Order: sequence, then structure tokens, then C-alpha cells
Amino acid sequence: MNASTSRRQFIVDAARMACGVGMAGLGLGAYVKQAQALPPVAFRPPGARSEQDFLGACIRCGLCVRDCPPQILGLAQPGQPVATGTPYFVARSGACEMCENLPCIKACPTGALDHRLTDVAQARMGLAVLVDHETCLNFLGLRCDVCYRVCPLIDKAITLEPRHNERTGRHTIFEPVVHADACTGCGKCEASCVLEVAAIKVLPMPLAKGELGSHYRLGWKEKEKAGGSLVAPEIEHRYQLPEGLRYEAGKGLATETPQ
Amino acid sequence: MSARASVPKWLLLRRGAQLAFLALFLAGPWFGFWIVKGNYNYSLTLDLLPLTDPYVLLQSLLAGHRPERNALLGAAIVAVCYALVGGRVFCAWVCPVNPVTDLAAWLRSRLGIKGGAHVSRHARFGLLAMTLVLALATGSIAWEFVNPVSLLHRGLFFGFGLAWTAVLAVFLFDLVFMNRGWCGHLCPVGAFYSLLGHRSLLRVALPRRAACDDCNDCFAVCPEPLVIRAPLKDAGVRPVILSPQCTNCGRCIDVCAKDVFAFGTRFQHSPPLDACQAPK
Repeated sequence: MNASTSRRQFIVDAARMACGVGMAGLGLGAYVKQAQALPPVAFRPPGARSEQDFLGACIRCGLCVRDCPPQILGLAQPGQPVATGTPYFVARSGACEMCENLPCIKACPTGALDHRLTDVAQARMGLAVLVDHETCLNFLGLRCDVCYRVCPLIDKAITLEPRHNERTGRHTIFEPVVHADACTGCGKCEASCVLEVAAIKVLPMPLAKGELGSHYRLGWKEKEKAGGSLVAPEIEHRYQLPEGLRYEAGKGLATETPQ
Repeated sequence: MSARASVPKWLLLRRGAQLAFLALFLAGPWFGFWIVKGNYNYSLTLDLLPLTDPYVLLQSLLAGHRPERNALLGAAIVAVCYALVGGRVFCAWVCPVNPVTDLAAWLRSRLGIKGGAHVSRHARFGLLAMTLVLALATGSIAWEFVNPVSLLHRGLFFGFGLAWTAVLAVFLFDLVFMNRGWCGHLCPVGAFYSLLGHRSLLRVALPRRAACDDCNDCFAVCPEPLVIRAPLKDAGVRPVILSPQCTNCGRCIDVCAKDVFAFGTRFQHSPPLDACQAPK
């Protein structure tokens, strides 16, 4: 009787604890799921693994923050919309200076910042995008060029592409164009944009980049790869023409001569 | 109540140690003397000695990450140290939450607040398991989002943000809802370290347990009073506190007017005074 009561009590206690712990776990799991979403203005230091892997790898020690020479990294505090204790920077208020020796990565004890990254030009923290063509001074026809000039990879990550200024009719617009194959997402362009609100912004890769369907093949690239046309013979382009007319390259429209 | 020993030597030493550890970490961010960088999750002393919290690293491993050398080395050093001196030495001598919960417990007894929630002291192991399962399930070090220990410690050196709410919550919980609630019942960090120090060498021994006059001062002051009873009262048990829940805080040594307790090793055998005392 006594033994059975205490056994019952034991089972009840164990069940109670399991329920309590389970509830706490579910609550924490749900909280973590929403608390670990990284806002689009916050960027990880160079070499950071994908956000999901990063949150399992970063030990929240803050050594990268300490060893950052320009001190642009912050360690997220509770109440900030970045996973607590993890490093981040906001490009507009302090861009990554792209230190050549990558002190932040060297400081990371766990490899949450991947130690295999040794060339800062290969870092991909995000991607600069000239989001607002309506306020960018260069688009308005002025020669601001600041984003282009401050870019650590000038003429590789940002180029100025000339085109006709339709408004004045006789000037050139120098359009800043970002190239994803070179841009590291350091944020210097956004930080130095002279507008009240930057027209060029660094965006997280998934927001900045489109992606072709995996089945897409670009004909001209395939041709280059194969060293010649893949469709043989190359078919001449035909137009839908009225009866009795034909089109000849170099000659234009001609009357079909009956054979 | 019997008369107290005059100077609470171990309490003062312990507070000194807690302050010293904090001062080491604060010297950098406050005064520019970078002796130690980081926080208890991971720190680098004099750009040489890595120290990692093995509990956080274990969660990281479970989350699927393979850490670099420094993190592993630091965890090994910390694990070996605490395995020798007692895992929960971290709780009593190092952890920044300890002064908070000690204050709550002291205030609770001064204000005569009684009762509250009843939760098993084993709940911490349930929570420990929960944090490990969560790391595995979410692929993220989930516990670090809310862990009051690291929130407080990191907050002191990197900025608090709303971390103070977690610390205040722990304080109020201990003060109002449960005596020794956080450190004594719930904290999975303490649970982890108690497992780490399961076979530790340094233990509180009772070389003069025959001198005990049942004043119960030790039970009243002990944050884990369950650990004392058997070695003190059960003649069949060796006179040494072997429970891994003992934090080696030394409060029992301080308060015992009969000097029953002293630091010793887990191999403490027949106490000299027991032998010459006549059985009652």
C-alpha cells in the first residue's frame, strides 16, 4: 500500500516534471524560432557561415567584436532584433573596413567565422544594390560617384556605365552598377551615400539576388562552352510575312519569285 | 542558535573571488587593460589561454557544428579543472548570478517570506536535457537566447540591453516564489557542472562530525541542504559530502560553531575526532 502510493507519487512527480520541462522547451523553441530571424539591415562579419549554421556555431563570446580594428561590430543585446550575443554590423552606421588580415575571423574560436576564408575580397557578407534610381544623384545626371569612389574594389564591384541623359538631351548619365561576382557586401557604398537615406544599400544575398531555374541554359554560354553552335545547322530566322513576300538578310523584303 | 564563528572567512573569500573574476573581465572594456577578452562562454587570457564553457560547446556540437581548435582546447581545460575542484565550484565561486540569488535568499529569510512553488531539485536535469534536445532539434544554441548566466555576464562587458529583466526575474523568482529556486532547482548550467564534477577531488569533509550539537545552522545556510544530512547524521556514511550538488561554497564551514566541517578530499576516511569520541 505504502509502496504503491509512493510509486504512484513518483510517477505523478515524474510526469509533472516532464510536462513542465516540455512546456518550457516548446516555449523556448517557439521564442528562438522567431528571435533568430536576422533583420535585413544587420550583417554578419566576413566569413560567417549561413545564418542557420552560424547560430549553431557562434558561441557568443564577442571576441570578433573586441578584435575588430574599426570597432564597427556590435554584440547583440536582448531587446535588439538580432540573436542575443551574436556579432553584427549595420552598414549605414559603420561599414566593414575589409581588413586584409581578417582579425575578426582569426579571433573566432569556433569557426562560426570560417577560417578557410583568407582573402577578404572573397567575403560575401551581402550584396550592394542601387535600390532607388529616382533619388540617386548619378541617375539624376550629377557626378556624385561617391559609392563608386569609396568602393574597396572600385571598377570591379562597382562600375560607372555611361548612357544618354534623355532629360537634357546632351549629357551623360553615369550609372553606378554593382557586380555580384566582386561585391563583398562591406557596405562602404551605403555608409557613404550622400543622401539623407542611402539610395544604394547592402542587402542580404537572398533578398538581393534572383536565381534562374535550374533547367535554364543560356544559349550563348552553351555555345561558348561547346566551341560552336549546338543546333546544327543554324536556322535562318523566318518572319511571318504576307504571301508573296520574303525576307533576305542584307536585302530586306523581296517579292517571292515563283519557282 | 549557537554562536557563529566570528569571521565568515569562506564567504569573504568567495565574494572576493567573484569580484576578482569580474574585475579581470572588466579591466579591458572599462580601463583598457586587456588581460581577458570575451566572457564565460569563451575567453582568451593574455592572448594565450583559451577557456570555453563546455556546456555551450556541447550544445554547439549537438547543433551540428564542428568547432575549431581553440574552442575545443578551452573546453578541455575548463572541464579538467572543474572535474578536479568540483563542477559546482563554478556556481559558488565564479558565476555572476550567485550574488543575485544569494541576496534574494538572504532577503527572503530576513523578510520571513515562506512557502512558494514546489519543484523538484531534479528539475534542473530535465531542463538540462531540454536545452540539449533543443540544440539538436533547432540546430541553434537555443539556450543562449535566454540563459540568465551568460546574459548577465556578457551584459556587464558588452552592454546590457534588456538583460537586466532576466536578472531581475531570477531575483524576484527566488525572493517571492521559491527558496533557492533558480540555482537550487532550475538552472541547467549548474546541473551540467554538477555532472562534470561528479567525481571531483575537492569536497567538504566533516572531520569533527561527532561534535555536532544539532543546531541546524549548516542546514539553514546551505543552498543545497539535502547534501549535508547523510554524511553528518548517518554513521554508516563516510564523513565527506560527496553529492555533486554541493557547490563547495564553504558556508557550512563558516557558520558551524563546532568546527565540524573543513575542506578536504573525497577520500576522507575515519575522522580523528570520531575515533576518540565515546559513543553516545
